[in-house]
Amino acid sequence: MTALSALLVRDMRLAIRVGGGALMGVLFFLIVVTLVPFAVGPDLVQLRRIGPAILWIGALLASLLTLDRLLAADHEDGSLDLILMGGTPLELSLLAKAIAHWITTGLPLVIATPLLGLLLNLEPLAIGAVALTLLAGTPALTCMGLIGAALSVALRRGGLLLPVLLLPLTVPVLIFGVAASNAAVAGPMSFGAPFMILCALALGSLVLGPLAAAAALRNGLE
Amino acid sequence: MALLGPNGSGKSSLLRLIAGLLRPSAGQIALQGGEAERTIGEQAHYLGHLDALKPSLTVAENLGFWAGYLGDRVRPADEALAAVGLGGLTGLPAAYLSAGQRRRLSLARLLAVPRPIWLLDEPASGLDAAGQERLAELMRQHLGTGGMVVAATHGPLGIEATELRLGGSP
Repeated sequence: MTALSALLVRDMRLAIRVGGGALMGVLFFLIVVTLVPFAVGPDLVQLRRIGPAILWIGALLASLLTLDRLLAADHEDGSLDLILMGGTPLELSLLAKAIAHWITTGLPLVIATPLLGLLLNLEPLAIGAVALTLLAGTPALTCMGLIGAALSVALRRGGLLLPVLLLPLTVPVLIFGVAASNAAVAGPMSFGAPFMILCALALGSLVLGPLAAAAALRNGLE
Repeated sequence: MALLGPNGSGKSSLLRLIAGLLRPSAGQIALQGGEAERTIGEQAHYLGHLDALKPSLTVAENLGFWAGYLGDRVRPADEALAAVGLGGLTGLPAAYLSAGQRRRLSLARLLAVPRPIWLLDEPASGLDAAGQERLAELMRQHLGTGGMVVAATHGPLGIEATELRLGGSP
């Protein structure tokens, strides 16, 4: 437990220090969402209709932005070798890294959502729904991203590989996240059904992500 | 034990095999004595070419992290840093350290968490003459407490060691 908390604290420290990725995601989110009204035009009804989808796409792209450094930085400076060697199960270490990544990049997106929702003329109910779906959905994005990050380190291919691998996996999260947000405002279906599927996706990836990433690293780094 | 041999002869690969970072295609690696329920990697320190340091963390934070992550029996960080000659630099970000000081900081990891086996890959690289002498002294102390050192090296280690030559004579 000490080992995992040490890893969690170190990764969170690194993210908030100069050059860390904590602010990068939320700034990118802000840029995407503020640009959309300029591109779409000042039609408030239209903005309100597409608002949840814009917020979700912004959050999805923002969380992809910092995922490629999740394991690559540790691989480049030799830390990953020591993490692989240590007595702590690799799956748990990767889960600790994923949690630190979510706290520093996923959670700020959820916190920024109410402010950005105002820019898109969303009603309080819709803002709450989007924030809630992002709270459930961003852990899924991080844990799926962990698999992509491990594969790109193991295969020694950074850059484009991660989004190409990851985007198909994240599509269901996007679909059910937006569906739940829209259902809360406009109906006709209930908020509960798509939200439950979103939660199931998050819980599933929370288990599968670290397992698959650890397997990729063990087999790839030889 | 000193591993000698020309570039590409497999010194680093042998160390990574012992550490468990590579899987042997044939044969097996066994440790006589030691704790049977733990792997060799869990009882060993591996100091590779890379120093496993984060530039934006301070000297104390870097060492504190590895001590917390690797160890259950941890020596005080101040003691380990003083032993490698970095006693006064605990609050300095690792980015400001020279190559030799970075190497010394990664050596402090070996002292902060006592483990019986040290696997060292070119441990003296970047160290000045005084640093090399200090390294030799640390290895001597480690051997004196019953520890084991396997080091891949091109130059003299500064201690008496069994030599294993790989890939023919250099």
